[in-house]
Amino acid sequence: MTTAIHVEDHVHDQPMSEVALRSVAIEALLAEKGLLTADEVRRQVDLMDGRTPADGARVVARAWVDDSFKARLLADSRSALAEMGIAIPEETPHLVVVENTDDVHNLVVCTLCSCYPRMLLGRPPDWYKSLAYRSRAVSDPRGVMAEFGTALPADIRVDVLDSTADMRYLVLPRRPEGTEGMSEDELTRLVTRDSMIGVTDALTP
Amino acid sequence: MITMTTPAESVLYTDGAAVRVRTGAPAHHFRTPAYIQGHTGVVDALCGVYPNPESLAHGDDGLPRQPLYRVRLRQTDLWPDYSGSPADTLLVDVYQHWLEPA
Repeated sequence: MTTAIHVEDHVHDQPMSEVALRSVAIEALLAEKGLLTADEVRRQVDLMDGRTPADGARVVARAWVDDSFKARLLADSRSALAEMGIAIPEETPHLVVVENTDDVHNLVVCTLCSCYPRMLLGRPPDWYKSLAYRSRAVSDPRGVMAEFGTALPADIRVDVLDSTADMRYLVLPRRPEGTEGMSEDELTRLVTRDSMIGVTDALTP
Repeated sequence: MITMTTPAESVLYTDGAAVRVRTGAPAHHFRTPAYIQGHTGVVDALCGVYPNPESLAHGDDGLPRQPLYRVRLRQTDLWPDYSGSPADTLLVDVYQHWLEPA
């Protein structure tokens, strides 16, 4: 057997878990069969590590200051993101941006696994992948949000989006009050990862 | 390579159509969570027509492609003891072969 091409950022100074071992074995097999190269794995890891919630925050701030951009973003995210120089590879799932308003608050979950708008937010936080979040986000979304410190008025409808298939959802949070005079750059700093998942609102200045 | 010209099931439901999620737990991979099965909702939008993941997961070609809908269900229908607002909804993506008219 050839040496595993497993590429990770941590050192295995502890015994590997069964799942990690299986992943290394599958990766080595794929390489042996010529279906995957170490370079391809490295590039994919680099691509993912290069994506952070800062990308999503830039997009949200732009939508807050530019209504026509926001309309294009909600209608067809791929072309709107291209305007900002954010290229979404063709093979990635379709990104749908959903807008929080005075009447509706959106919350994103993947009950089946951990589908997440990685191209704009990077890797999901561990809690997003936890069984607790995945089960409770659909059955008690207001309770989950309360635990994140988000008290939602009863007259705002909650729409939970369960991304079970080929769509990935990003929440466009409401623009906080008192931000009228702020620049796009300043606004970007109010947009948190959690507000783009929908468990919180954006920060207030 | 799957393109828009590959075989696809025709789109059966329009926005606003009442649909019921079929029940079942096939031995193979599927994407319809148990908690929505048997429940009735409304088509919110057609997302597109995508290769069938139940076929793709087993190394097959995913054809014919299946229409994928965003279906809106009422939280109070899904969870008898739902404690939020009666207006709250759940939106979930469901492939056409898991839906029937309601």
